[in-house]
Amino acid sequence: MNVKSVLLAVLIPFAAYAQGFAGLGTATQDFATPQRPAEFDFPADHGPHPDYRIEWWYLTANLKDEDGTDYGLQWTLFRTALAAGEVDGWTSPQLWMGHAAVTTPDAHYVTERLARGGIGQAGVQADPFEAWIDDWQLAGPDFDNLRMTATAPDFAYDMQLTAQGPLVFHGDAGYSVKSAQGQASYYYSQPFYGIEGMLSLPGGDIPVTGQAWLDREWSSQPLSEDQTGWDWFSLSLGEGKLMGFRLRQTGGSHYTAATWIAPDGTTTPYPDGAFQADPLTVTDVGGRDVPTGWAVRLPDRGVEVEVQAINPQSWMSTSIPYWEGPVTISGSHQGRGYLEMTGYD
Amino acid sequence: MLLSVSDLTKTYPGPDGQITVLDGVSMTMDAGETLALTGESGSGKSTLLHLVGGLDQPDSGRVDIEGVDIGALDDGGRAAIRRDQVGVIFQQFNLIPSLTVASNIAFQARLAGREDAAWSADLSDRMGLTAQLTKYPEQLSGGQQQRVAIARTLAARPKLVLADEPTGNLDEATADTVMTLMLDLVTETQAALLMVTHSERLAARMARRLHLRAGRVA
Amino acid sequence: MTRAGLAALLSHWRRNPLQLFTLVVGLSLATALWSGVQAVNAEARASYDAAAETLGEGQFAQITSPTGSIDQSTYIALRRAGWQVSPVAEGRLEGIRLIGLDPLTAPGGLGPVDLSDGELTVNVLLSGVLFATQATLDRLPPLDVATQASTEVAPDVILTDVGTAQRLLGLEGQLSRLIVAPVQPKTQPPLADIAPDLTSRPPQAGSDVARLTDSFHLNLTAFGLLSFAVGIFIVHGAIGLAFEQRRPVIRTLRALGFPLRRLVALIAVELLALSIIAGAIGVGLGYLVAAALLPDVAATLSGLYGASVSGTLQLRPEWWLSGLAIAVGGTGLAASASLYRLSKMPLLASARPRAWAMQAGQGRLWQGVAALALLVLAAALAWGADGLVAGFGMLAALLIGAALALPLILDRVLAFGASRARSVMGEWFWADTRQQLPGLSLALMALLLAMAANVGVSTMVSSFRLTFTGFLDQRLASEFYVYADDAEQATALRAYLEPRVDRILPIQNATQDIRGVPSEIFGPTPDATYHDNWQFLQSAPDAWARIEAGEGTAINEQLARRADIAIGDAVIIAGQPFDVLGIYGDYGNPIGQALITEATFEALYPDITPLRFGVRMDPQGVTPLSIALRDDFGLAEANMINQAGIKAFSLDVFDRTFTVTGALNVLTLAVAGFAILMSLLTLATMRLPQLAPVWAQGLTRARLGRIEVIRAVLLALLTAALALPLGLALAWTLLAVVNVEAFGWRLPMFLFPLDYLRLAVFAVVAAVLAALWPARRLARTRPADLLKVFSNER
Repeated sequence: MNVKSVLLAVLIPFAAYAQGFAGLGTATQDFATPQRPAEFDFPADHGPHPDYRIEWWYLTANLKDEDGTDYGLQWTLFRTALAAGEVDGWTSPQLWMGHAAVTTPDAHYVTERLARGGIGQAGVQADPFEAWIDDWQLAGPDFDNLRMTATAPDFAYDMQLTAQGPLVFHGDAGYSVKSAQGQASYYYSQPFYGIEGMLSLPGGDIPVTGQAWLDREWSSQPLSEDQTGWDWFSLSLGEGKLMGFRLRQTGGSHYTAATWIAPDGTTTPYPDGAFQADPLTVTDVGGRDVPTGWAVRLPDRGVEVEVQAINPQSWMSTSIPYWEGPVTISGSHQGRGYLEMTGYD
Repeated sequence: MLLSVSDLTKTYPGPDGQITVLDGVSMTMDAGETLALTGESGSGKSTLLHLVGGLDQPDSGRVDIEGVDIGALDDGGRAAIRRDQVGVIFQQFNLIPSLTVASNIAFQARLAGREDAAWSADLSDRMGLTAQLTKYPEQLSGGQQQRVAIARTLAARPKLVLADEPTGNLDEATADTVMTLMLDLVTETQAALLMVTHSERLAARMARRLHLRAGRVA
Repeated sequence: MTRAGLAALLSHWRRNPLQLFTLVVGLSLATALWSGVQAVNAEARASYDAAAETLGEGQFAQITSPTGSIDQSTYIALRRAGWQVSPVAEGRLEGIRLIGLDPLTAPGGLGPVDLSDGELTVNVLLSGVLFATQATLDRLPPLDVATQASTEVAPDVILTDVGTAQRLLGLEGQLSRLIVAPVQPKTQPPLADIAPDLTSRPPQAGSDVARLTDSFHLNLTAFGLLSFAVGIFIVHGAIGLAFEQRRPVIRTLRALGFPLRRLVALIAVELLALSIIAGAIGVGLGYLVAAALLPDVAATLSGLYGASVSGTLQLRPEWWLSGLAIAVGGTGLAASASLYRLSKMPLLASARPRAWAMQAGQGRLWQGVAALALLVLAAALAWGADGLVAGFGMLAALLIGAALALPLILDRVLAFGASRARSVMGEWFWADTRQQLPGLSLALMALLLAMAANVGVSTMVSSFRLTFTGFLDQRLASEFYVYADDAEQATALRAYLEPRVDRILPIQNATQDIRGVPSEIFGPTPDATYHDNWQFLQSAPDAWARIEAGEGTAINEQLARRADIAIGDAVIIAGQPFDVLGIYGDYGNPIGQALITEATFEALYPDITPLRFGVRMDPQGVTPLSIALRDDFGLAEANMINQAGIKAFSLDVFDRTFTVTGALNVLTLAVAGFAILMSLLTLATMRLPQLAPVWAQGLTRARLGRIEVIRAVLLALLTAALALPLGLALAWTLLAVVNVEAFGWRLPMFLFPLDYLRLAVFAVVAAVLAALWPARRLARTRPADLLKVFSNER
């Protein structure tokens, strides 16, 4: 999903420099590109794909405490490669970046970790599943039962995840097209995690429960040059779940795609144009104009909802900054969800 | 009335307490009038002249020039009086050593903003300074320097000329020549002249005389 | 009106270009002195900032190992336990310090990981390129890695990625230390749970490079302040001159009706313009001074501290702006007093000769009180306070107090002289000298400060040199030193030398922290060389014998002072406790040092093979042996050093320090001489009325001129006599207070009477040179000018 677009854009100079540098050992900069039809091999594909330039394990959760207060939670591990392949030691071309955040209606806690590949400081292994950077981890006996932890100077959390439905595949069975020019990624999700655990915030420990959504995506292709940013929605609408994104293009046009996920996990992909999202409310977030209220429509499913940020100031002040936070849904459907927006900084 | 001095008192600190230099002096002068101020050394002649010129301030009493109480003016106001109404000629010539004779002659008129090149040239000519115009004061004799100082004063066309023994440093013959020139020019420009002098002979050439004794008008 | 007034004021300079010249030169010299010192200071500081940023020294807590090496797996274990630490692998590459960092984990504030701008961005660093200044890169042999010149890296440092550093240094899998980020996660297990053998060292603001460089800067700052003080005196003198000389013009202007306020404003504007021009010239001169001194300063710093300064000068705004500010501000300070007096002085009084010069004498009581208070403060600080700031505070109080006291003391001395005078001439001479004192006092104060600085600094530096020479004799006791490239060659070298020399003394060392102070551990072979030459500052009985028996250790003074270790205390070396049996002087070394005997060293550090050897032999045999080693054995010339060479090199390094000091001293003295010249010139015109009667009563002009020179010599000698104790007090402060605080060791103070005598001669020569011109002018004064005094004086 998400920070991808920016990462792809930002990492181009990385990659370009790497190409001119021979010191990265045996790694080749010939990155693999996603091919159709997508074929997955689990559990191996839960692990990293170092031949692809970029990849992530991206978890967001909508939580409530016993008083019914809404919380949002994020745990993300990004992998980016300066060159394809993995090498042991400092010459590894793989870089890792972890983001963790907790959002309350009036506060947003963010932290970030960076790590080199090849030395054991960060990485992912498929079976038994473990994704880690420093002391943060997302790990369990299998992909359906995971423990998730993160620490920061001002917050920490420790969560248990249990899958209550199957994996779902976006686009063409996991081959997700990102532009009219055909840029694409492999993209699947586990949108059915039940989650419970403890948030440690400056005010004290808070037990919470809720729903979590994990995205897995990898690719090598940058977005097209005319794409300036991205608005991504994961919405739980009661009778189903909706993933939709809108890539903003210079000149004001958009490229959209969406997946309707039935409660049993069956998916319906929608091509460009079927999913519509339009800003309703613009908030000043640290001097930036960020749309934090949206009109979202998927006419084919009778979806016509208004999406509002629970905390409009959910800015991720990380080395690659973006907006990411929980939302409430009203209109034709009710529920909770997550919104990510890049390219507004 | 051009000048009115009333009840002027001035004391200076001395080794044995205050010395009263002027003790209730009053006098007046009309436009164009010439007045000799005589008296022994220490009788207060120079002090009276300085007070009239606004160079110093009295302890009490007042000085009016053209009806303006110069005691009520600040330094800038008194400077303006000296610049525009009054011309002071000192015993030592007080020329500006770094300016040429020509610049020195024109200087006060320039300060007062009424430089008149033709009049300056005429004055230089009458004072016999034409040949000295590009020289510097140190290259002139004492008599020539004093003529420059007189020309400088008259070039600004003051209403009142104050002179403190202007020929005191000159020999008698030179003094007579310079004095004659000065009196002629003062008359010609219709200025009033208040001159401090020791010399009976010079005092006799003035229209009126005021004798001071121990700080009082005798 | 303004134009006419301005023209009159300025015409003075046109007619008296020499006076304009002295004013501008006086101002320029003062500015040059200040900005020269500042330029050197700013340049050195900027280099340090680069170094400090590169190394992040002191800024962050560090985790170190007693063995000097941390396994990379321990680093990963710490990271995975939540410790926000960043790895450093460092060492020497061809003698150049190579520092490897991980840009992704290095805490913000370490220069190279500043993502915002600059050449050293994360991605570039990650690529494994070596960054260094071009000069440093030029010294590197060809390597299989890319290099990039950068001005953001300190000189003599190479910065690169930690992985590249490990590979180049042969430290694969090993790290030298870990930098601890200032902010750590909420929850974190204790260090002891994860890596019990590692120790954490808190951030040390004053550690390592920063600490040492601060000390040198403090010395330079002391110079800067001194030059500032001397400069202010001179600016004051120059401005006083400008006022004195134009006093008649100012009076005439006022008499002719030029308003006082406008006159003051005009003069202020004129002085502003002049000070800007003179300031600019001074900054230019200062640049030349700095450019001439900087290579020596750079050499001094790298020689003394191993800290590096690039030898090139950049025009930094902070110093040229400060130079201009000194010129303008100093002029403003000096002029404001003169302008204030001008504005308060009655019109008729302002042409009275010497009125202003005499006014300087009026605040005498106040001046005496201030001088006394400052001297008492200096004594109190010497007695009670400690710390570098107190040391410099004491210096400042001492110097200013003494300067203020100078005119009062001279006045008393001259009054005494007058009371003892036998002849009329003598009486007149003493009285007249005394009368001149107020007008000359500023210049004499400048001379006093310049001389005291000269005495103080040269005493310090010469004491330093003497001590250091003795220290070199102790440290470089062997006749010949050889270095092997590797362990194999070392073995062969020992075998080769064994039959040819008297004794071979291996030199081996390891690095570790002792009580948090970075230290080197040496393991010398028991030998008479050491007991004969090494003198302890303090020791336990039989110290050498017990150290050689493995019972204890000797440490250097720096370590003892910094970690507060006394004889009999125990220190931990490689995990073993050792009693401290001796403390020795170790001048010029920034870090701690400890000696243990060879056998103990080998037991504690089995991995370390000595590569360096001191060789005891007949000095005559050194040259043949080195030729044999080169031709027979194949040892490179660079691997052999004879003791005389090292000594010469070390002394050379110190001598450069002295060159800088010496140059600044001469400059200061010259400027003080110029101040005297200007004061005498000022007084010369004012004094005609006083000299004319003496002349009229039968003294020739030539004799008057000679007396003027004698007067200058007398005043210079009296000032020199006072400068000597002041200078010695200054030296004592530098050696016993400032040096201990800054460098960590105390130097014995030696006296150098011949140097002081030479200085006194210099001061007298400066005074004579300064007096000569005014005296000559006096001798050539036209009788007519002297006569004028009688006709003109009111």
